[in-house]
Amino acid sequence: MSSKLNSRIPEGPISEKWTKHKGTIPLVSPANKRRIDIIVVGTGLAGSSAAASLAELGYNVKAFCFQDSPRRAHSIAAQGGINAAKNYQNDGDSVFRLFYDTVKGGDYRSREANVHRLAEVSASIIDQCVAQGVPFARDYGGLLDNRSFGGVQVSRTFYAKGQTGQQLLLGAYSALERQVAKGRVKMYARHEMVDLVVVDGKARGIIARNLVTGELERHSAHAVIIASGGYGNVFYLSTNAMGSNVTAAWKAHKKGAFFANPCFTQIHPTCIPVSGESQSKLTLMSESLRNDGRIWVPASLEDAKAIREGRLKATDLTEEQRDYYLERRYPAFGNLVPRDVASRAAKERCDAGYGVNKTGEAVYLDFSAAIMRYGQEQANLKNMTNASEAEIRAMGTKVVESKYGNLFQMYEKITDENPYVTPMKIYPAVHYTMGGLWVDYNLMSTVPGLFVAGEANFSDHGANRLGASALMQGLADGYFVLPYTVGTFLADDIRTGSISTDLPEFAEAEAAAKARLEGFLNANGSTPVEVFHRRLGKIVWDKIGMARSESGLKTAIEEIRALREEFYRDVKVLGGMFEMNPELDKANRVADFMELAELMALDALTRNESCGGHFREEYQSEEGEALRQDEEFAFVSAWEFTDNDPGKATLHKEDLVFDNVKLVTRSYK
Amino acid sequence: MNLTLKVWRQKSAQDAGKFETYQVSDISPDMSFLEMMDVLNEQLISKGTESVVFDHDCREGICGMCSMFINGEAHGPDRGVTTCQLHMRKFKDGDTITVEPWRAKAFPVVRDLMVDRSAFDRVIQAGGYISVNTMGNLPDANATPIEKHDADAAFDAATCIGCGACVATCKNASAMLFVSAKVSQFALLPQGQVEATDRVRNMVQQMDLEGFGNCTNTGACEVECPKGISIENIARMNREYLKASITA
Repeated sequence: MSSKLNSRIPEGPISEKWTKHKGTIPLVSPANKRRIDIIVVGTGLAGSSAAASLAELGYNVKAFCFQDSPRRAHSIAAQGGINAAKNYQNDGDSVFRLFYDTVKGGDYRSREANVHRLAEVSASIIDQCVAQGVPFARDYGGLLDNRSFGGVQVSRTFYAKGQTGQQLLLGAYSALERQVAKGRVKMYARHEMVDLVVVDGKARGIIARNLVTGELERHSAHAVIIASGGYGNVFYLSTNAMGSNVTAAWKAHKKGAFFANPCFTQIHPTCIPVSGESQSKLTLMSESLRNDGRIWVPASLEDAKAIREGRLKATDLTEEQRDYYLERRYPAFGNLVPRDVASRAAKERCDAGYGVNKTGEAVYLDFSAAIMRYGQEQANLKNMTNASEAEIRAMGTKVVESKYGNLFQMYEKITDENPYVTPMKIYPAVHYTMGGLWVDYNLMSTVPGLFVAGEANFSDHGANRLGASALMQGLADGYFVLPYTVGTFLADDIRTGSISTDLPEFAEAEAAAKARLEGFLNANGSTPVEVFHRRLGKIVWDKIGMARSESGLKTAIEEIRALREEFYRDVKVLGGMFEMNPELDKANRVADFMELAELMALDALTRNESCGGHFREEYQSEEGEALRQDEEFAFVSAWEFTDNDPGKATLHKEDLVFDNVKLVTRSYK
Repeated sequence: MNLTLKVWRQKSAQDAGKFETYQVSDISPDMSFLEMMDVLNEQLISKGTESVVFDHDCREGICGMCSMFINGEAHGPDRGVTTCQLHMRKFKDGDTITVEPWRAKAFPVVRDLMVDRSAFDRVIQAGGYISVNTMGNLPDANATPIEKHDADAAFDAATCIGCGACVATCKNASAMLFVSAKVSQFALLPQGQVEATDRVRNMVQQMDLEGFGNCTNTGACEVECPKGISIENIARMNREYLKASITA
């Protein structure tokens, strides 16, 4: 292991590590907490829950978000659910099984101790949210309902229709606003972190741009928590929000925080396919749909062609003329294989010419079988022994509507097709990034005092995240991990006193941020930022997307470097510095995506294996399954920004030790 | 499709503001309204005109950030959608479309089509929460069964996205639908009972302080709400408020 990396994993058996560690973390007394300031960047599940919980403990918290209100963070868009090892369904779930599924689902590239802790605190998250009034789905007995997600064989997912993220975020948001009302949290909405301030080797503040006035503000604190989400928008088209960006994390990286596993990005199998050139984002159809939807393409190339040309409809094909390829290839898990497997299988069929929309990049997600199955169940319940097919279909449609109504409505609004009648068309799209800033067991980065939570860190999902685990991790980090682990750093700061923003480090960081923003304004080029972002996205999707190769990655690096050079020379940003200027904000974000993209390619090039979301064409079995290389690559790639060039980053390796899970080829067959 | 857009431009809250007319061409019916606005903005930038500022983020109808008043309707002519989910197939080639910001005293214009909705956050701060700290040892989530219909009704109320379409639509710029949705969510759940009296009084008081108007039961808010929040919630809040006034 690199000498610069210390993962600080506590000693002892895995099931006792967290309990023992919590018991030995130095405490900060309530009187001293009042003298300590903490900055939280981002107000999604991780940021809001951390800010609220730390403020409840007595710390002075300053929270930042670029949206007009903390309630709008993109966690709000998470649909399907949140996992917890409650075993309410009596189907054999346990903390160990959740831990095991998560490590296996992540293709053995995550840190055992962190994942086990996540599974341990998962049950408390559900208790916490219910106490806050989060209206989870319930059954007729009044108890909480569960469903199943990809990559697991139990039902441990709690949900609120297709709006689980919204309900959980509003819970955390209300906890946050309660602390804002008390004055324990000072909220800075419409503010964006544009640099990290490091004093004497410790994270002591940020430079933030007030997005309304354009002013650069200095904010100091004893510790900084980055919870600014993932970097999926590097692909331009993704399921992320338009404003989601990597700038806070990337600035921290350039100030010394190592960036881990940037090439581990998740392509979600069920999104609405791309329809046109001006498309600005992709919309996810929740994985929960794979509980009841069956995925297929026509079995023959002629039928596929006829469908693409509009001569044939999906509903014209008989069962025998359809290829339920996931059920065929993976009988044990069927339509509920993990996301990376399902995405690649869709790409494989479409590349082979079986795609079902005009672009040839779509497969069917079909609910007709589920509608009839639920309809029959209703008929049985109502003792309707002679129910007609139409009656059964109508009753089944009602059940499916109650489960997924908002998703079906969303689909219909976007595509103008009724998914209750015609099968949905779906295709994989960028959704989540497993990579992120490297953190130790305490969620502290390689910059002392800089903590990273939620999607912004790398720690729990390895090379592939399982469905309904992002919400779990965000809230685990914010509610139940950081409130303890910040003590490991802050216990030494009780006598420090407030940090002055007049320190030279603040002035330097502010001047650098100003110069950078002025650079975009003064480029006086001819091309809008959006055009560069779109071009970057195309390179990243084509060459660092679902399948990667050595030659493609090398070309990508050259193309990204050339595009970056062109960007600084030819970008056109109108307006001024000290005013509201969304184009300037966008330029600042896209510039960072351009640097990150190169590091992603470098990371993918270095990892000569296929694992999880990282699929190298050179490393696959004869059946096209991913080939991991555990001997050589069972490590976390942690990149240090060196030589002021993302392409010259230095690789540090954190060896992954598996004491509790045996490394085997991941099979869902 | 070729369209004429009359767009409200306003440099800042202090600025008077006025409509500007723009032409856009080659708009596909499959584009969302905001993607059409992106096309306009790229066109404006290329010509050296500053882009039209508007709030938007998730573009899948859930963050509540987009807030355009299109042809006299909050989120435009379609029902049950936000502006980002409004598609151009709802318009015809050659149409003239008027785009304005939300208009309400409590929502001052920040710039162009962007308004300040922080009043909503302050209403939530006044009581839109259950006072429970983060604890690792709360009662088990299944300790208190909740009747399914109550849980579902609480969920329906809780799906409010805080976009402010109700306020923008109401001739009185009343926030009753927004406030009542949050009050109802907690009124329907056992967890919300402990603080029910203070919650409704404080939230209503804050709502009035922010300068929102009164409710005169026209029901327009319910029609324009992208999430279909029912005005039954307003009735429920009035009941809660009356109860709180009597028992206080």
